[in-house]
Amino acid sequence: MRIESLRIQSPLDSDVVKKLTAGTRVLISGVIYTARDAAHQRLIEALDRGEELPLDIRGQTLYYAGPAPARPGQVIGSVGPTTSSRMDVFTPRLLEAGLKAMIGKGDRSAAVRESIVKNGAIYLVSLGGAAALTARSVRQVDVIAYDDLGTEAIRRLVVEDFPAIVANDIHGGDLFEQGKAQYRRGR
Amino acid sequence: MARLCQQANFELDDDVLDALRQAEQTEESPLGKDILRQFLENARIALEEQLPLCQDCGTAVVFLDVGQDAHICGGDLHAAIEEGVRQGYTEGYLRKSMVAQPFTARVNTGDNTPPMVHTEIVPGDRLKVTVMTKGGGAENMSRLAMLKPGDGRDGIIKTVLSAVDEAGGRPCPPLIIGLGIGGTAETAMLLAKKSLLRPVGQPSHDPEIADLERDLLARVNDLGVGPLGLGGRTTALAVHAASLPCHIASLPVAVNLQCHSARHREAVL
Repeated sequence: MRIESLRIQSPLDSDVVKKLTAGTRVLISGVIYTARDAAHQRLIEALDRGEELPLDIRGQTLYYAGPAPARPGQVIGSVGPTTSSRMDVFTPRLLEAGLKAMIGKGDRSAAVRESIVKNGAIYLVSLGGAAALTARSVRQVDVIAYDDLGTEAIRRLVVEDFPAIVANDIHGGDLFEQGKAQYRRGR
Repeated sequence: MARLCQQANFELDDDVLDALRQAEQTEESPLGKDILRQFLENARIALEEQLPLCQDCGTAVVFLDVGQDAHICGGDLHAAIEEGVRQGYTEGYLRKSMVAQPFTARVNTGDNTPPMVHTEIVPGDRLKVTVMTKGGGAENMSRLAMLKPGDGRDGIIKTVLSAVDEAGGRPCPPLIIGLGIGGTAETAMLLAKKSLLRPVGQPSHDPEIADLERDLLARVNDLGVGPLGLGGRTTALAVHAASLPCHIASLPVAVNLQCHSARHREAVL
């Protein structure tokens, strides 16, 4: 397992994605979009109705997060990842529509893992519960859709050296399985 | 009330910090060790800048221990608690995470009310208020198993191990595991949740329960789940168990998981 972090740019280049294997630590700079439960529901409803999405998700990175409110003078409040598995039911649709990368916490369903491989996508985890630290990587925030959802609105974040770890790669690698297998003791 | 909500969200107690520091020393996974180091760094930033430790500032779970000789004059106690939560979350820039209706119109109440209040009448003339700000990710991994009496101690162990193993990284390990054994379905879960309020790692007074806690902690940490579920020896910081008498037909087992950001504060009036 590598301990040094690789600096990468979001949106992610397909050639970069190919090189990112489970366990690789990265620092992400560029643009990522927050979307969690309620926003996913609306994105899928929009797809069902054949409507254009409020963002062109092709090639983009979604961050499963709903920030705390910013204090005066702050760019954003604390903003760590939420549990990704709640988005599993929606994710293959979005990957088929061109979504490239997801950041969250916890493992993904078999259907999502298969869709990641099939669509050449990637799933990363960031520091669940270390939200004050993570907020330091955010340089700019704009709500771009579903403002009425409050913390669950879709926000465009400009980030610099946002820390994450590759969990599921394009080759089928799964850090949750690998990590647990390495440290499990049988009884 | 407002102050308790904010302090709980900004400042980890020393017992939690000590347990994390200890884990950071002993964790064998280099990645796990580094994650634990960053949790401590996060706690330092949150304390210094008075920022929420986690963006999920939780459901406000309130435990009221009302002394039977205490007299609460005027007003509405529950309305006062609700107002305290409202002020605490609004003025403290805490995230509001409550929706008014759970399964269709999930509209945010906008002020993190209502709190979930549990009231107990106790001896004495004091009023103790405890606020636990409980994140959704860990709460979602709770489990209630109505075991058969014949399932016994082994059944309890299997229930806890499968709950923690299947939850993996979702509840933000390392965890504090609240375990309520016996009683009825609802008292078992409340017992599990209340057990989370004990100082981290303080064993039960009951030697048999304390032995079960030790056994379970070792077994849970053999699962390999590790910090954030990415592999390691530190899946849980502690197991806090408690038991109640129960029906001849029953063996209720409730598991309530607490993430590493174990936030609660109390005040005695």
